[in-house]
Amino acid sequence: MTDDRIARFEKRRETLKKMNDEQLKARFWELCNKVVEPVLDLARTHTSPSIERAVLLRMGVDSVSSHGVVDRVQEAGLLAKGAGHCVLKVAQKTGKDIRGAAQAILDDKTVLNGLF
Amino acid sequence: MTSQPLDPNTKLDIEYILQDLENYHPPRKGWTWREVPAEGVDMGPFHFRDMAKPLAKSIGLPASKYFDHIDPQPSCVVTTEIASGRFEDDIRRMRMAAWHGADHIMVIRTTGQSHIDGLLEGTPEGIGGVPITRKQIRASRKACDQIEEEVGRPINFHSYVSGVAGPEVAVLFAEEGINGAHQDPQYNVLYRNVNMYRSFVDAAEAKKVMAGARIFQIDGAHNANATAKAGWLVMPELMVQHGINCAFSVAVGMDKSLIGLSTVPPNSPPAPKLWYDLPYAVALRDFFSEFKMRAQQNTRYIEADIEEAVRTHTVDTLISMLTRADIQSTITPDEGRNVPWHYNNIRGVQTVKQTWAALDGIKELVSLNHQGPLGEMVRDLKERAVAFLEELVEEGGYFAGVEKGFFVDSAKYPERNGDGIARDGKGGVGAGSLVLRDADYMAPVCDHFGHNALPAGVKKACDPIQGCTLCKPEKIVFIDELDPEDSCHKRLEKTLPYRKGNFIKPEAEWAGDGTVLIQLFVPQNEDIAPVYAVEMAKKMGLLDPEVINTMVLHPSEGCFVEVKGKVAFDIDKTTLKVPEKEIILPEQELRDAVKKVGLKVVAGTVGEDEHSVGLREILDIKHGGIEKYGVKYHYLGTSVPIGKLVDAAIETGAQAILISTIISHNDVHRAQMKKLAELCREKGIRDKVVLVAGGTQVNREMAAETGLDATFGRGTKGIHVVNAMVKVLKARGVV
Repeated sequence: MTDDRIARFEKRRETLKKMNDEQLKARFWELCNKVVEPVLDLARTHTSPSIERAVLLRMGVDSVSSHGVVDRVQEAGLLAKGAGHCVLKVAQKTGKDIRGAAQAILDDKTVLNGLF
Repeated sequence: MTSQPLDPNTKLDIEYILQDLENYHPPRKGWTWREVPAEGVDMGPFHFRDMAKPLAKSIGLPASKYFDHIDPQPSCVVTTEIASGRFEDDIRRMRMAAWHGADHIMVIRTTGQSHIDGLLEGTPEGIGGVPITRKQIRASRKACDQIEEEVGRPINFHSYVSGVAGPEVAVLFAEEGINGAHQDPQYNVLYRNVNMYRSFVDAAEAKKVMAGARIFQIDGAHNANATAKAGWLVMPELMVQHGINCAFSVAVGMDKSLIGLSTVPPNSPPAPKLWYDLPYAVALRDFFSEFKMRAQQNTRYIEADIEEAVRTHTVDTLISMLTRADIQSTITPDEGRNVPWHYNNIRGVQTVKQTWAALDGIKELVSLNHQGPLGEMVRDLKERAVAFLEELVEEGGYFAGVEKGFFVDSAKYPERNGDGIARDGKGGVGAGSLVLRDADYMAPVCDHFGHNALPAGVKKACDPIQGCTLCKPEKIVFIDELDPEDSCHKRLEKTLPYRKGNFIKPEAEWAGDGTVLIQLFVPQNEDIAPVYAVEMAKKMGLLDPEVINTMVLHPSEGCFVEVKGKVAFDIDKTTLKVPEKEIILPEQELRDAVKKVGLKVVAGTVGEDEHSVGLREILDIKHGGIEKYGVKYHYLGTSVPIGKLVDAAIETGAQAILISTIISHNDVHRAQMKKLAELCREKGIRDKVVLVAGGTQVNREMAAETGLDATFGRGTKGIHVVNAMVKVLKARGVV
């Protein structure tokens, strides 16, 4: 396996040796971009509890409450909609402000039912 | 909010800083570089080519007193890392570091914070770092506001966006005006075992938030050469790690000018360091020419010996100067023996400042020889890095590569030792926690990364909530304390006597910690010497004595030992007899008095002493000696008997006798000083002559004890001696 890898490296190197410094640098960045491309796609299309809590923080919900709210949203299977989205919908539905809506979710998670 | 101006003679007031924090918002956000005049900087008698604008207030290197007290400041930002576990003590160290030239202050997080699922609040005590919380950041930033105003240069405050709460930490940092932060998803994966998918998805959000607040980013690649068994072999991989984080960051939306590579010269003497570190530094700067270089100093091979660390770091700084450093980080030279102590942060900063001044403009004088082996080695590293990436792509990309142990293998690519850090994509902290966003996923806030189905017609992402905290800071919720028992307020109560009362204890990290270091030579072998040192420290009354360094000078002749311990007692400041500061008369008044009496002195070095440098400096006009003020002197030379000096004074009618005792054993200097006073009394001239003695082991208090009129120690200038003579003559009514 290792011998094989070294042999492949030597072969690769023959090609790389033909490049000038600028070409080699361009190749380096081309490959870096290629490596991160699928990772970026993953990031664009996915979310995590921490990302959702970070959204709630920016909406003016404190760190302790945002933790509870994301847990409730996750339990209700709604994280894919966005926790901030849920809080906004609850605010619209109940007429409360954002913090009030977050508190409402903490007080009674059934407020999340039928939002979507 | 404007900060209260600091008085250099008054300590930082932590109680003031803690006041009204719930309403504190940072006056500015984002990273600041130093102001570097293109034409160079003139300071004292010198022209500097690669320096920043000087500080308004600072403390120069010890030798600066010979150079008009200049304190040249390197063109790069200079970092110091401060984190003792108590931010209320760290802020004082920040002020000291800023006075010596640090303008990038990094706060290391408490152990385990990267695995805490969410934000911490309040001010609990940390271990090996500080719990990073909103209150701690506000207090520290508020202190930095005061400090930067005092020294006259902006301070960049820095911490870490890593772990499983990265996005939240990034939001906290953006809200609170943190200026720089480490962010590298690879670090989480490799060293913190955070699930790899989770780490990268979170990182995209964190980086987007950081970009919005113009927070400077530093990556985590340098950890590979601090972790790998042979740090100097992992260089091709390091380039790949830097490349992945840079490419990912740019794709997320970061400005290249705010992306820094954390790079360390990987090797250390006795290895032929330059043959490894220089080609690596050049290769890296070639490939990453558009990015910033945060040059770190080597920690991999730091041992307990402070001087060894300083010497390595001097060479590290040389490598920065021969290539490029936008930020020069410093490592406290005691990192190999303990959590950094106050004064070692200053030593780290001084190492950079001293090296940078000494080698100012080095690139105009010498250039790297790319034709020889350097060019070949540079090219070799680049090819290996590109080949690494090619193999990574062929093997299925980044995540597949991590699973196969591509990273932190201690062999030089393409060789493998099979000791790389392999992680399972299904494992790690936070595994399985990612959720695929629905088509109608929405987050009504600014600086959010990725798919976001905002309602039609929305111009700004936070419009649906009438502004997010990044646009309206008044919406931020400040939590004061969650556990009042584990808070800075409790700690501050205990340290009050040392901070604002009259009690004094030495300290290394925390107010009142009592820590001292004793250095000694023990004429015993390395088995006996440290045991003796601990026993000695115990008998001296030190608590918890511990040997932190032993250097063998010879297997049987002896060892240099350093032992730390804690002083068990306080001293009340009001019981100290602090000598009053000598007030120097105005120069013109001194000259007039000297002229009026025609002041003449006889001078010589006494005892078996052939040293004359110190005395010549006191006498000669060239050195600003007493001659400059019109005093005539008769210099009798070295090893002069006291009797000869007294006779000479009588013969020449001198009004004063100056003796110098530079190096003295067994209190010879004291005996000589007493003898001078006695002999003058015997000859009946005591009230006609002013008797002055000086020397490296002499101090001002010895005059009374020896019967002389004035005695002087190190750092004395001619003017001090003239001043003393004139004052005595005035008291005697002669002038």
